[in-house]
Amino acid sequence: MDFNLSEEHRMLRDSVYNFAVKEFGPIAEEMDREDILPDWVFPRMGELGILGITIPEEYGGAGSDLLSAVIAVEQLARVSPSIALSYGAHANLCANNIKNNANEEQKNKYLPPLCTGEHIGAMALTEPGAGSDAVGIQTTAVRDGDFYILNGTKMFITNGPVANTFVLYAKTDKEKGAHGITAFIIEKDFPGFSVSRKLEKVGHRGSPTAELVLEDCRVPVENVEGEVDKGINVMMSGLDIERAFFAGEPLGIAEACFDLSVKFAKERVQFGKPIASFQLIQAKLADMYTNIEAARLLTYKAAIEADKAERGGSGTEIHKLAAASILFSAEMATKVALEAVQIHGGYGYMLEYPIQRFFRDAKLVEIGAGTSEIRRLIIAGEILK
Amino acid sequence: MVFELTDEQNMLRETVRNFAEKEVAPLAYEIDRDERFPIESFKRLTELGVLGITVPVEYGGAGTGYVEMCIVTEELAVVCGSTAATYADHAGLCIDNIRRNASEAQKEKYLPPLCNGEKIGGLGMTEPSAGSDVMSMKLLAEKKGDGYILNGTKTFVTNGPVGDIFVIYAKTEPEKGARGVSAFIIEKEFSGFSRGKKFEKMGWRGSPTGELIFEDCKVPKENLLGEKNKGAHILMSGLNTERVGLGAMSLGLARGAYECALKYAKERIQFNKPIAAFQLIQAKLADMAMEIELSRLITYEGAAMADMGLHEEMNLIASYAKLYTSEVAMRVTTEAVQVLGGYGYMKEFPVERMMRDAKLQTIGGGTSEIQRLIIAREILG
Repeated sequence: MDFNLSEEHRMLRDSVYNFAVKEFGPIAEEMDREDILPDWVFPRMGELGILGITIPEEYGGAGSDLLSAVIAVEQLARVSPSIALSYGAHANLCANNIKNNANEEQKNKYLPPLCTGEHIGAMALTEPGAGSDAVGIQTTAVRDGDFYILNGTKMFITNGPVANTFVLYAKTDKEKGAHGITAFIIEKDFPGFSVSRKLEKVGHRGSPTAELVLEDCRVPVENVEGEVDKGINVMMSGLDIERAFFAGEPLGIAEACFDLSVKFAKERVQFGKPIASFQLIQAKLADMYTNIEAARLLTYKAAIEADKAERGGSGTEIHKLAAASILFSAEMATKVALEAVQIHGGYGYMLEYPIQRFFRDAKLVEIGAGTSEIRRLIIAGEILK
Repeated sequence: MVFELTDEQNMLRETVRNFAEKEVAPLAYEIDRDERFPIESFKRLTELGVLGITVPVEYGGAGTGYVEMCIVTEELAVVCGSTAATYADHAGLCIDNIRRNASEAQKEKYLPPLCNGEKIGGLGMTEPSAGSDVMSMKLLAEKKGDGYILNGTKTFVTNGPVGDIFVIYAKTEPEKGARGVSAFIIEKEFSGFSRGKKFEKMGWRGSPTGELIFEDCKVPKENLLGEKNKGAHILMSGLNTERVGLGAMSLGLARGAYECALKYAKERIQFNKPIAAFQLIQAKLADMAMEIELSRLITYEGAAMADMGLHEEMNLIASYAKLYTSEVAMRVTTEAVQVLGGYGYMKEFPVERMMRDAKLQTIGGGTSEIQRLIIAREILG
């Protein structure tokens, strides 16, 4: 087992990190304060070639593996978790989903502008009454000639306020529960689709989040993604890949916190010495390092296995490995971020220091893409099969 | 040994709780968003007569003690950390310090306007290069003529941007280190005193924090608080009661978050049941409830000891109270966000604010690391 990244992956890591520092470093604080996403951010990532990182070249993508996508989101998160989140919703939840489940026409139509950043992508599953109980979604899709008529509300949708293309889940047959779910590709201009409100969050500010409303929204039959009533497979394997992918974000957050903490601990002098001289501070830094290393290995492993797995969802190895990866990485990141603020003392509490932003950002990853509790139940479910 | 509040203390709690729910809670979101001083609540706390809670009635106080101070602080913190911090700083750090250490003349001059809310009080000890190492402070107080000239800066001063009267620690004899520290009562009108920057913070946002700048600041000799070069003792015993007060604030923050989480867990339905039906959620609520109870016990033990005048003997309890409750507040508020799921991350629900407010609890008033070292020093003898 070679635990080193290939040269290609190392080059990707360095180029995304340097790009993030240069392009997004200067705007990260302002994005957080003002809760805005400048409209050049996506096209700029498109120029770098990371928006379609897992999309085959014939559609405008880079044709790389999930590990590359994980590395990209990790490096973005070291600078701006908000941009990393929006990037992930676009590249993984939307574009990668279309690559895996759409037909040729759909791929040719939707993937190229997603790869360039001309279009922004999103995925809409969660509803006000369906969070952890994702299968309990209530948005309906009723066939009417050449269209489906969709009615319902989606909640907490990353990129919702700005996206052009949505992978969206609805119930084509409510009686059948999980087996009545269908995935659709929705365009923001479809009649009856609207962004009802932008949500204000404590962290990941700048990554725009919305509540969406579908009111007799007319969706052409050609926009069914995969098969009618078979959306559950799209959803479940999408979720495994989402978890393996998003584990990279808290990894990047923790790495940023660690780097800032080491720097501060060496520079801050009290009692005549850098605070890095004191055992309690040293122990915190050592624990950060250890947990980040562990998270990195588990995250990269899950990404590699996810690419190898033929399918995801219940009864697969990747179902529990991906859950374990994000469970560990997210909880680790919150702990590291808390200790990082602590090491900075009073300064860690001030907005003029970035460390408090990483702390506010970290908490979300224990919740989105399946809460830590759900992740634990998934893992247990697989263990006990 | 079962700790019970008196009837009067229970009545005080009920009064403040009702006030907090009806009048303080509705402002909490806005003062946090706008970083605005809770002037309305401050005025109403004046009317309730709780500002001079440890001050004898003859100076305009309530004539009660630290248990009462903790009750008020706790109940305010349940709904608004910033209002609790504002109150505790004014009533505890400033007013109570003057009550304990000032001369008769100083008490007669400063306590009435502080107790009736005419003047806002604060305390300055921390400096940019003197945080955990507070005794390395550099603010210099040179004897000159009939008074002192102060030069230097204080930072992270709660109520700094709005205060009228400050207890300030300075070095009258820098070569002597801790034994050269003196305490002073500073009025904002003194020449050479000015306010520096106001800090923008992640939490405690309605509690204004700022720098105080002393540039040849003229302080009359009557404003020396306690004995010259004996300020370290005032500082340290002030820290004991400050820590108990912070314990009450942490307790309130934790309780507020727990009550939100408990309510939500009963109302939020997923998989056709309230999420309170699930073991993982039950375990979180159980741990919260237990840790809050323990926080209550240690905090009020410390307050009771202070009320009995056991200021030296309470070093350990004060540190335990501060350390334990602050870490509980962080755990409970963070878990409350988790229980509320996606909604916990949204500003329209109060738990994310409680989580942000909680983070300062392990830092201000002596970091958790310093508390552990204080405790170790005491137990190792």
